[in-house]
Amino acid sequence: MSLVSEGADLTKPLALAEPSLAGVEDYLALMKPRVMSLVVFTALVGLLVAPGHVHPVIGFTALLCIAIGAGASGALNMWYDADIDAIMTRTARRPIPAGRVLPGEALAFGLTLAVGSVVVLGLLVNALAGALLAMTIAFYVLIYTMWLKRSTPQNIVIGGAAGAFPPMIGWAAATGSLTVEPVLLFLIIFLWTPPHFWALSLLKCDDYARAGVPMLPVVAGFDETRKQILIYTLILAPVGLSPALLGYAGLVYGAFAFACGAGMLWLAWRVYRDRVGPAAPAAAKKLFAFSLLYVFVLFAALLLDNALARYGLGL
Amino acid sequence: MIAPDDGIVLTEEQKRRRRARSIAIALSLGVLVVLFYLVTLVKGPAVLIRPL
Repeated sequence: MSLVSEGADLTKPLALAEPSLAGVEDYLALMKPRVMSLVVFTALVGLLVAPGHVHPVIGFTALLCIAIGAGASGALNMWYDADIDAIMTRTARRPIPAGRVLPGEALAFGLTLAVGSVVVLGLLVNALAGALLAMTIAFYVLIYTMWLKRSTPQNIVIGGAAGAFPPMIGWAAATGSLTVEPVLLFLIIFLWTPPHFWALSLLKCDDYARAGVPMLPVVAGFDETRKQILIYTLILAPVGLSPALLGYAGLVYGAFAFACGAGMLWLAWRVYRDRVGPAAPAAAKKLFAFSLLYVFVLFAALLLDNALARYGLGL
Repeated sequence: MIAPDDGIVLTEEQKRRRRARSIAIALSLGVLVVLFYLVTLVKGPAVLIRPL
């Protein structure tokens, strides 16, 4: 079989690729810097609250690798989802649908960062942390992006595990092992993800429907989504308190977790209750905004509580 | 053979962005070199010991 079609004119040069217009800022945007900030922060908390002492250079290396791994996941997600990103208003200005970065460039960028971050973390920090980072990237790209996102309304429930692994990676980087405490941190983010994303999906339901993404409000309706938000928040609030209840954290953390859990529950109840008129989207918007604050405050409180305990000031 | 006129001529904007990308790659490689150097100093001979 000939690889050249019979009509091909071999005397003419092959068409050359169009030069890339991508700027450095476009490659940074591929790494989803806002998602990365949450990943880095939760990993930092996992790293610092772990028992023992981590040398700052090793700690910095671990965080850098986790950040780059998260960036790789973002780039690979944008490569695969470029078709639906172009349809949704929230994502249409991303570098690939906007035409500033070619899909192949994003794929090469994402794969390079993924392999590089895992190898460097495994070699310079420890093998367990490297393996967990590899699993996290694979979970986000293969399980969430390529499989679940377009096939089931449980996409962000199961896929949320990918965003919940970073504190475990931070802990593993510091200790080379895993215990119950990092699993609790995993559970907090895992259970926080559904109310957080479903609050957003209540506001962006048309976008998801147009793109054919089976988010819960698209498939099961707004009322069912509101009910599920409330159920998950009812589970999240006590799990958020669990590090204090089980003796892994002190009163400082417990007080913040109680107050923030109560806030989440109140706002989830408002979403469940306010179903008509402008109050409905307003309630969803408030829950979405507060949920971001919730996870940052909880992890910051855990860090503060741990620091106080280390200096003998724990309550 | 490709005549000089047939090649792609970059616009000034394309040249500027290519230069920015090249500088970013160079800086990233520089950071990696410094990082490996520092980790080697911190770990000493243990840098070669990686228990699973």
